[in-house]
This record gives sequence, C-alpha cells and structure tokens, in this order.
Amino acid sequence: MSNQVPIAEGLFTWPSKNPALLCSRCQDCGIATFPAAESCSACSGQNVVVEELPGRGTLWTWTVQQFMPKTPYKSGETPETFKPYGVGYVELPGGVRVEGRLTENNPAKLSIGMDMEVVFEPYRTEENGDEVISFFFRPAA
Amino acid sequence: MDVAIVGIGIHPFGRTPSRSGLQQGAFAARLALQDARVEWKDIQFAFGGSASSGSADALVNELGLTGLPFINVANGCATGGSSLISAYNAIKSGEYDLGLVAGFDKHDRGAFNADPKELGLGEWYGEVGMMLTTQFFAMKIQKYMNDYNISENTLSKVAEKSFINGSKNPNAWRTEPIGVEQIASSMMVNNPLTKFMFCSPSEGGVALILSSADKAHRYTDTPVYLKGATMKSRRFGSFEVFAPSQALEQVDGPTADASKAAFEMAGVGPKDIDVMQLQDTEVGAEIMHMAENGFCEHGEQETLIQAGETHIEGSMPINTDGGCIANGEPIGASGLRQVYENVLQLRGQAGEHQVPNDPKLAYTHVYGAPGISAVTILQR
Ligand SMILES: [Zn+2]
Repeated sequence: MSNQVPIAEGLFTWPSKNPALLCSRCQDCGIATFPAAESCSACSGQNVVVEELPGRGTLWTWTVQQFMPKTPYKSGETPETFKPYGVGYVELPGGVRVEGRLTENNPAKLSIGMDMEVVFEPYRTEENGDEVISFFFRPAA
Repeated sequence: MDVAIVGIGIHPFGRTPSRSGLQQGAFAARLALQDARVEWKDIQFAFGGSASSGSADALVNELGLTGLPFINVANGCATGGSSLISAYNAIKSGEYDLGLVAGFDKHDRGAFNADPKELGLGEWYGEVGMMLTTQFFAMKIQKYMNDYNISENTLSKVAEKSFINGSKNPNAWRTEPIGVEQIASSMMVNNPLTKFMFCSPSEGGVALILSSADKAHRYTDTPVYLKGATMKSRRFGSFEVFAPSQALEQVDGPTADASKAAFEMAGVGPKDIDVMQLQDTEVGAEIMHMAENGFCEHGEQETLIQAGETHIEGSMPINTDGGCIANGEPIGASGLRQVYENVLQLRGQAGEHQVPNDPKLAYTHVYGAPGISAVTILQR
C-alpha cells in the first residue's frame, strides 16, 4: 500500500481514524481561524488554541473552475486530463466558513444552503509514489 | 491646501508590441506635462507604480535625470489610487506644490498568476487551485445574486454596456460592441461568469500632474479639484479575495469604508455624483460596487441596469470609457485611467463618450487583492 501524506502539516489531523480540519480559536474573543494561525486577526491577541472544526456544514457560496489554472496549481493533471472542479465556502457552525474544493462539479447539483460534509481523499501522486491527501467538501446525504 | 489635477496623459490601452511598459508610461507622462504646459525639470516629486514592467522610478531614465524624489508604489489593483493619494498628501502637507503620478504595465495574456507565499498563504492553497481572483469574484456575485435577485441577463447587460462605451473611446482596447447573447454564450470561466464578462490583463500607461489649488491656474484653464481621496484595507469579517476562511459574522468591506470616508471628506453624497468609474474586474464587481459605494440599495441594480440607467445617457453613468472590461487591466495604470476619464468628463472633453449636462462631480473606485480599496471624488 502506498504511503499517504497530508498536503500541508497542520491543516487537518492526519493520520487519524476520524480526521478533522483544524482551526485556531482565540481564547479572548472566541473567533476561529482556518488554517490555524499564531494570532487572532479579529482582536490581534495571541492567546489561541488549536481545535478541531465540525465536519458538517452548509454551502455558503460556490463556483466551478472551468479552465486549468497555471502554476502554482499542482494536481498531476495535464490540459488533456483536466476536469473542471467546484470551489466553495462551507459554513461550519460555531466555527468559520472554510474555502475548499468540492467533490461535485456539476452546477446543476450545487446550490447555496445545501448540506455538505468534509472528506479527506487522495489529491495527487508524487513521483516517489506517495499519495498526497487533501480535504474536500461533498454534498451530504 | 486643496489639490488640483492640472495635466493628464494616457497611452492607449490594449496591445502595443512596439513599446515596453516603461515606454508607455513615459509616453503618458510627456502628454501630461504638455497638457499642464510644464517641463519635466519643473516637477518636484513623483509617485508611480507598475506590477510587471519594472520599477516606476525607472521613468527618470526616459524623462531625464533631474534629481527629484520618485517613490515606487505597489498595491495591486489599487496601485494607481494609492499613488494618487500619496501625491495628494504630499501637496496637502505644504511640502510641495507640483508633482507627477504615473502608472503603467504590460502583462502577459491570460489570468494573473498569483503566488500564495507573497500573501502569507500556504503553498497548498495554490496547489489545490484556489489561488485565482476570478473564483472569488464568481463566488461573491453568486451569493449576491442569490441574496438580492440579480438575473443572469443583467450580468450580460453590464458587459454589453462596457463594450458600447469602449467603442466610443479611441484609447480603449476592445472597440467592437458585443451583444448580450454572444456575451452569455461565450466560454464559461467560473460559473456564473463567462469570458466576455471578465477584464483581461493588458497594457497601457497614464500620468497626471497635480498642483496646489492656489497655483492651478498657472498650468491650466480647467483645473479639476481632488475633493476626496481615501484608501482602506479590509477589516475583520469582510469577504475578500484569497481568503482560506472567513468569519461567520460579515462586516462591510474596504469599498464601503473608503467610500463613506471619501464622501465625508468631500462634504457631498452619492446623489451629487454625475459620473462614476467603479472597479469592474468582471461584471459582478460593477454590480456589487454600485451598492457598496452608496449609489443604490442592494438589489436595486437589477431595475437600474435593465432600464439603462448606467449607460452614458442614463441617470448614473458608470465606466464611461468602457472600464476594465473594454480597456483590460494593466495593474499600475488602471486606477489612474479612471481619474483620466473623469478629468476628461469634467472638462467636457470626452468626445463621443461625454456624459450630457455639464457634469460637476465625478467619482472613482478601485478594489484589489487582498482586500483594499481606494476612492477619489473630483470636482471642477
Ligand atoms: Zn481574538
């Protein structure tokens, strides 16, 4: 089995049986920030603690990326294999609105307010065979 | 000390293979000097910006080495607005009374390539394909259409108007009118926005000569006064480009903040403005910026645009030179193009794109990454 590595350290718990996105929560004003940061952009304080974000929320807004972006885009695709992908902000209650890729790219199946859940899936394969894991939002049943 | 614009110059926008970005800037600067009937050696200071054509202060190599202080400004799409505000403050302080503001650029074709690290973001953000300004504008208008019932047809109408105005402006890049159907059916870029609804990177240069108001009549018979000039960055809670997350509670963005401050500074209100140039990176931006700048209520745009009120002959003429959509966006020059157009309008020299009824007050607004906005209010 191939080795699975997260796309960036500190974005989500990995490896984990129940992976979750990680935010920093300001202990002074209560504001959550994703990705976790060392200070709070609401109150400028530095009294922050890393915590897990909820895995379910609602789609706040969305679009579909129809053309293949230039670098720094790095998906392992070529212009021939490129598939349009959805991007959206998902409102995670009590947390923050997180921007992420969507597993759905059909505009007809996306609508503001729909229920979404976070999933962690292989995004690309490195030359050494490592599978790079990223987070995605998928319409929730 | 009030500040006046006493000279303006422009290098046509679009594609000019024979001239570098810097040469386009120098071209504009020479026209502005001529317009103000002054020589380069008379200029006491300069502010300027260019995103991808080298340092603006290299203009001294083209214009002459006079020893003047020339400060480079880099503020994304708000570069021109920021240069202008810097020059405004330099004169207002009493330190100087004649200065130049210049902006120029020459970009490659295709969407801008942003580097996450420059904005303090992780590389993962670019790798997964979210480092695109076009996505932000698409998501912002998508939400706005949902909240305020703006139709897809209205999106196309905005671009149609931009191309009509561009066809009347000899300095514009896109000079052919394009119809609503062709706009709506052009390639989808980021839903709901199609190719013809976006501006593209282009080339061009603009320069302005500013003087203290008490000396303005030495240089021109038609001074245009800067009654308001403000610049704001985002506050916590506003929805901005290149944001991996945003707060649950939303506040007004930098556009609304800069607009309110500019109206307060000028002592006038949105109803007093006769002609306005609003940042139109794409059609949705123009629609949302109408309300964010205070010119209508959220949602009123649907009726106003469908009734043609934002056309040159309408009650609130917007982007009378074709805006970014018909001129493209050379980052360093774009905000100054708006000011150039407003000076033409206030002097009554805008030719085919002149708004009727002797405009007296004009408004410019730029917005750029990662959430900054600059506004000016001009009066003749
Ligand atoms: Zn805080």
